[in-house]
Amino acid sequence: MSDSAVTRTTSAARAATIVAFVVLVAAAAAPWWAGRADMRLMSELYLYLSLACLWNLMAGYAGLVSVGQQAFVGFGGYMLFALTIFGGLHPIAAIVLAGLLAACLSVPIASLIFRLKGAYFAIGTWVVAEVFRLSFAQISALGGGSGSSLPVSVVKSLAASRSGRESLTYWLALGAAIAVILSVYLFLRSRKGLALTAIRDSELAASGLGIDIWRAKLEVYVVTSALTAIIGGLIFLQKLRISPDAAFSVNDWTAFVIFIVVIGGIGTLEGPIIGTLIFFALRETLADFGTIYLMILGLVAIVIMLTTPKGVWGLIRDRLDLELFPLAYRVQLDETRK
Amino acid sequence: MSVLLSVTGLSKSFGAVVVADDTNFDVRTGEAVGILGPNGAGKTSLFHLITGALWPDTGRIEFAGRDITTMSAARRCNEGIARSFQVPQPFGGMTVFENALVGATHGAGLRGLAAETHALAVLNDTGLLSKSNIRAGSLTLLERKRLEMARALAARPRLLLLDEIAGGLTDAECEMLIETIKRVHAGGTTIIWIEHVVHALLAVVQRLIVIDFGKKIAEGDPRTIMESREIKDIYLGMDPHA
Repeated sequence: MSDSAVTRTTSAARAATIVAFVVLVAAAAAPWWAGRADMRLMSELYLYLSLACLWNLMAGYAGLVSVGQQAFVGFGGYMLFALTIFGGLHPIAAIVLAGLLAACLSVPIASLIFRLKGAYFAIGTWVVAEVFRLSFAQISALGGGSGSSLPVSVVKSLAASRSGRESLTYWLALGAAIAVILSVYLFLRSRKGLALTAIRDSELAASGLGIDIWRAKLEVYVVTSALTAIIGGLIFLQKLRISPDAAFSVNDWTAFVIFIVVIGGIGTLEGPIIGTLIFFALRETLADFGTIYLMILGLVAIVIMLTTPKGVWGLIRDRLDLELFPLAYRVQLDETRK
Repeated sequence: MSVLLSVTGLSKSFGAVVVADDTNFDVRTGEAVGILGPNGAGKTSLFHLITGALWPDTGRIEFAGRDITTMSAARRCNEGIARSFQVPQPFGGMTVFENALVGATHGAGLRGLAAETHALAVLNDTGLLSKSNIRAGSLTLLERKRLEMARALAARPRLLLLDEIAGGLTDAECEMLIETIKRVHAGGTTIIWIEHVVHALLAVVQRLIVIDFGKKIAEGDPRTIMESREIKDIYLGMDPHA
């Protein structure tokens, strides 16, 4: 017993770190090897990956099944426009400030919607998002219902040349995805993450073991809302145009994100990454089929939910006992060491 | 000895169903108290009320001299109350070790190596050490019950509430469980134990409380209580020496 030791690294995780490093170096060098369209696509992938990781932390771990995170995507986008156009801020400063403002805003929203449970909570978040959409549609200075474009002077303040801007927004998207995945990983590895994983599995037992559930959920909600707003700012920095319907789209910023997380494997760190790859593979191959594409996505989601409720990653993990992000504690007992 | 837990005029009902009806009792520091009563008498509800999983309609609960009646479940655990659940509530996606670590980290407030060492120690005490790396969701019912106790012990409680953990054990396993609980009790932990396996209960507790329809109907020395008319009325045909 005294010889038992606890470790958290696995050989699979070490291998995954090396692979991830190689992929990251290749991804960071994309402006030198990839075309303009490919870079746009990859940026979009990174931003979806970030949204999926954040939604997974909130829904898959903290049990906050929100269908209203488009509120913060849109808020981040609109703050980028408002703070650069009226505040004269640099776009990157505006996006960071948008995150802080979203954090402040999420506290009163949480105090309202946390009173709701389960399906009522989900509907509540959607209502909040609709309130956001309708409110921003009233602001005529930002184009009201038809929206507005980012002025050329603001766009030029990023970088003088077009290729310079494209490289910069690409790196920002890549950096955001890395930052989001790393912070979610480090959070889940901490003692707060241990508490959150316990909450995921049984709120009754977690509260009985000294975990303040309300506080843990609030912290997750505030942090994910702030980061979601930052990602929203980056999304509309790529698009250069914003309108209430695009900014607060439940389809684009929530339905697709839920699809990604659910087919990848909710409540795991690897799930959203695999889900994002599957989603983009499907989207790119089915893009020519028009609306049939959405029906096929729905069909894939239903089949995966019925056959493997833990998602593609759940299936792989159970078969191979793999863990790419070393979160689990492994106890090495005396017997196994001898 | 000083009073550790004091329950005064505690009542709770769900519509017409009364789970606690003006319940009063004290538990002294270092005592081991057994709770008996037929199914549906309100024993588990009493634990819910003491731990904060349920809040009473009226009444007052004091722990170590502090009023904890409106305190959250998490705070009560930090104050030193931990429980096992009658229907096990394992953290199914986490390993057995991680389950214990949650208690050691968030219940007992330990960190790092101290938390890990303590979690390993309680798993060793409860015979679960060899299952450390298994997902709690794949444990058998009996192992889950043991995990309930391990997790509660990991929180280093001053007051441990055990809810029917001896049912379904073999004689040898039951003896081991009794030894474990006696050891915990000897270590200074106050215990309240709900149990239908009466011989196990009588091997540990110094006092019995009998509950029926949410009301305390008898309280006192275990042997006297087991011979009393109230118990015979409730447990018709039940042999305390079985």
